[in-house]
Amino acid sequence: MHELSVAHSLVDLAEEAARGEGAQRVTALHLAIGALSCVAPEALGFCFELASRGTLLEGARLEIRRLPVRIHCVPCGRDVELSGIQSFRCPVCGTPSGDVRQGRELEIESLEIDSLETDTELPDTEAAEEAILVS
Amino acid sequence: MATRILELRQGILKKNDLIAADLRQRFARDEVFVVNLVSSPGTGKTAFLESTLERLLARGVSCGALVGDLETDYDARRLARSGAPVRQINTHGRCHLEAEWIGQHLDAWTAEAGPPLHDSTEFDPATLEILFIENVGNLVCPSSYDLGEHMRAVLLSVTEGEDKPLKYPGIFNTSDVAILTKMDLAVPCEFDAAAATDNIHQVRPGMPVLETSAKTGAGLDSWVDLLLARRREPARQAPAAAVHGG
Repeated sequence: MHELSVAHSLVDLAEEAARGEGAQRVTALHLAIGALSCVAPEALGFCFELASRGTLLEGARLEIRRLPVRIHCVPCGRDVELSGIQSFRCPVCGTPSGDVRQGRELEIESLEIDSLETDTELPDTEAAEEAILVS
Repeated sequence: MATRILELRQGILKKNDLIAADLRQRFARDEVFVVNLVSSPGTGKTAFLESTLERLLARGVSCGALVGDLETDYDARRLARSGAPVRQINTHGRCHLEAEWIGQHLDAWTAEAGPPLHDSTEFDPATLEILFIENVGNLVCPSSYDLGEHMRAVLLSVTEGEDKPLKYPGIFNTSDVAILTKMDLAVPCEFDAAAATDNIHQVRPGMPVLETSAKTGAGLDSWVDLLLARRREPARQAPAAAVHGG
């Protein structure tokens, strides 16, 4: 059950990126989770709710794209998709392959953010923080 | 208020992966070969590691271990009987080790006195030829965390059954070598080593599988030979653990 650790990493990464873009709020996160990542999407969703409390991400929707494993098959000369993760053999020709090309991902693809429509370089919150630091 | 999409395309565990990459560079600079041992609780990682350390020391190889557990320093005390420098990492409830803690413990190890049973008072892990990291007993969570190791060894004991690789494919697929432990109990447990090896190869084709017993010493010399051979390889393949999205 390391989904809580993963959720904290997710919140830290997303909040930093969102703040850098002057976001007021993050409304959705789009993730890609590979079948071999050893992360359970349902558990991650639950942990995300806890980890995001009091942050820009609180209440954001978690959209998870699950990626199947793809291995490279040498005889077929191409990457092939596996239907499960119990057998790393080419579904076409049956050759075993440990050359995993997809399936270990644990990625944040994009965020949907709300920001104020403003011409200034710095968002209000950061400008205010800087002003406090200066004074 | 304007809504827009911010493209990121980053690994969620990017911070851990970056620290692991730094550790890998540090280990390369210091010429320390690092092995991450993973298994269920009770597979016999500590007994296996104790025998491994003894054999390496007998061959004149400088080796040591960082050992992870939720609580207690029992395992570090056991391992220190081998005469090798050992340091305990307590995770206080967390189910896996992270790269950041490895770096912190390596630095603290240099700064502090050696462990009680070790002669050295000023120990420097950079002087090791082989460093073992005994992970927290868990077949799920440690698989996501790269620790900067060169080799991930997954252990499976005969009491756990032949089908475990199929039940926990993630950790077997991200390992570089598999070790069957407690082979002295294979007959009473009716353990079928060939079936276990087949299952390992189902989820990780071509991975070396060693049959060992810390009690009788069976297979341990082959394991030490494999370690020393891998350490000498000039151009090592990227370990399976060092592959993450983003």
